[in-house]
Amino acid sequence: MEFALNKDQAALADALDKLASRFEEKPTDFHGFALESHKLESALEEGQYFDIARVDELGSVSAALAVERLARLPCTAEVAVSMLVRGQVDAELPRPCAFVEGTRPSRFAANAKSLLIADGEHISVARPDENHVMPVESIYAYPMGRLTGKPSREQLSHEVAAKVRTWLRIACAAEMAGLLQATIDSTALHLKVRQQFGRPLGTFQGLRHRIAECAVLTGGVRWLMLKAAATGSHGDAALALLHAQDTATRVIYDVHQMFGAMGMTLELSLHLWTFRMKALLSELGGREGQAAAVAHHCFAENEAEDSLRASQLMEDV
Amino acid sequence: MDFNWNTEQSEFRAEVRAFLKANLPEHWESIAHGPGSVRQTRFAKRFCGALAEAGLLVPHWPAKWGGRDADPWTSFILAEEMWAAGEPRGGQYMNVNWIGPTLMRYGTEMQQEAYIPPMARGETLWCQGFSEPESGSDLASLRTRAELQNGCYRVSGQKIWTSYAGQADTCFLLARTASGKRGISILLIPMDTPGITVREIPSVIGEGDLHEVFFDEVEVPVNARLGEEGQAWEIVRAALSLERVGIPRFSLASRMLHRAIATLRQEGRFTPGVAMQASRAEAACEAARLYSYSITDQRCRGMPPGPQASVARFATVMAERLVAEFEVEHVPEALADGDAMMLAHHQRAIVAGIASGAAEIQLNLVASELLGLPREPR
Repeated sequence: MEFALNKDQAALADALDKLASRFEEKPTDFHGFALESHKLESALEEGQYFDIARVDELGSVSAALAVERLARLPCTAEVAVSMLVRGQVDAELPRPCAFVEGTRPSRFAANAKSLLIADGEHISVARPDENHVMPVESIYAYPMGRLTGKPSREQLSHEVAAKVRTWLRIACAAEMAGLLQATIDSTALHLKVRQQFGRPLGTFQGLRHRIAECAVLTGGVRWLMLKAAATGSHGDAALALLHAQDTATRVIYDVHQMFGAMGMTLELSLHLWTFRMKALLSELGGREGQAAAVAHHCFAENEAEDSLRASQLMEDV
Repeated sequence: MDFNWNTEQSEFRAEVRAFLKANLPEHWESIAHGPGSVRQTRFAKRFCGALAEAGLLVPHWPAKWGGRDADPWTSFILAEEMWAAGEPRGGQYMNVNWIGPTLMRYGTEMQQEAYIPPMARGETLWCQGFSEPESGSDLASLRTRAELQNGCYRVSGQKIWTSYAGQADTCFLLARTASGKRGISILLIPMDTPGITVREIPSVIGEGDLHEVFFDEVEVPVNARLGEEGQAWEIVRAALSLERVGIPRFSLASRMLHRAIATLRQEGRFTPGVAMQASRAEAACEAARLYSYSITDQRCRGMPPGPQASVARFATVMAERLVAEFEVEHVPEALADGDAMMLAHHQRAIVAGIASGAAEIQLNLVASELLGLPREPR
């Protein structure tokens, strides 16, 4: 067990912080939901960040950390699937990529060059053109799109599909971890500076305890997500996304509440993070889907009654 | 970042498990309920003696005091396995985790010689005289007095909710020698000293867990003081930093969760709705586990105590609660007369957010030290 970043990971984190610092501010005149940044996308492309999972010294944990860091920005770009999932498929997947479930609107689908299309247990790969997808206006703070045509599909084997589903869970959890942390940081700052009844809101225990609980839950999401990124295990991935979706369900309303009337406006960045989380809440079957996967992978039917999870930690890796 | 156990750690865990398998009697689960009971205290002394002989009681202590000079991972793995088994060391876990190491750091040679070897042999039980009727979370307001008269301290006052006091040999007592937070001192007092009265308080955890301890003009020699007068706050902070993450409660919680699931599966009652609750509890246990591992890792790297310890403590409280609620809702029969260990777990889970610093205190620390919020006005 070693929880510190290695030298390469620390250098990557520094470089990402530097890159991200150029995109930390929401444009003051933007009062919408889907704040996409093509400049961020270009900067990541230029720095070859989309391929860091394939670099031996960095690997999938570094990619997960990158997804988490970039999700804390007010603007968004298609990062998670490209960084964490694309490499699980043998076929070349030009990016941007999108994951599509049925007919529901999907993140980044309208401009995606590759689609991972889920149909029940099956997952297929497709390379759509403009006739196959259409943009969808929504509250979800991502550019959303819907599959309208039938691009030719290449079905993945059962084994690869299972692996892709697992990495989609990890990618989603990594993004959620960053979004959650952004809302905690932003709300904590608000509680420090906003004064009511003659003192900062953050001195009132009713709020202190609520934000602290949110922070504890959020940190847990991050650790579960990082472990899943390290092991690639189906069970770890399902646990991470379940905890992420569960935590987001609680945190979204709490952070808006703690901002008071300011939390009702579109002037801050808060809604960009929380409405992105709302888009992620239902992905991959939502909490019910993750729970079913946890039950399948973590509570095996032939499990010895008193098996201890710590030993499973060793077997998973 | 690496989530693998190294060979040494895996082998140590296997060694502890093998010891537990060989040394826990079949009826162990029936006596695990009541960690301060006469029965379990007697069992714990035998068990800890055997652990000591196997070199597994204090492996993280210096070789000079019977240890192996092992790193914090060793003590954490040991604690994790012991708690998962229902903590057969009983109250002696306190000796191993913080009382012994605190004496090594602050004790006089005489105190060390008197107290550390019996701990390393698993022969002695301590209690901590901290809380008082008017001083729970606000520990600095404690009133038990220790007045220096004719070369001796005369101690008067009352402690309450004191674990293991009924069977303890020695008390790690906080008493006031002057006013204010810096006016508290530590006295190491044999529990058979005249003037000490112990009265058991019936508790949800089981027999012999909680007590009132009365000190009526108890005469204590000056050389029983640990550290300097008024140094208690500093010593206790350092001592509790040795605990950092506290008891790895998630390990028993997770084990009982899996046991409940096995029962429900066997009886065809593991429906998707039940699976949802079980999975949420499992995720909470694993989050608490990873937080605790991260702190153990920090400790190995010599990093100072930080707010992450409070985060881990609160994560553990949440995990305990989810598993206890799962047990009540889905395997109620186990808590009636079906499963002694599950009952013991359920009752101990209630304690998770209260003992060793209330959960609300941890949340305040998280708010101030992790999130940087200004403190409440006092």
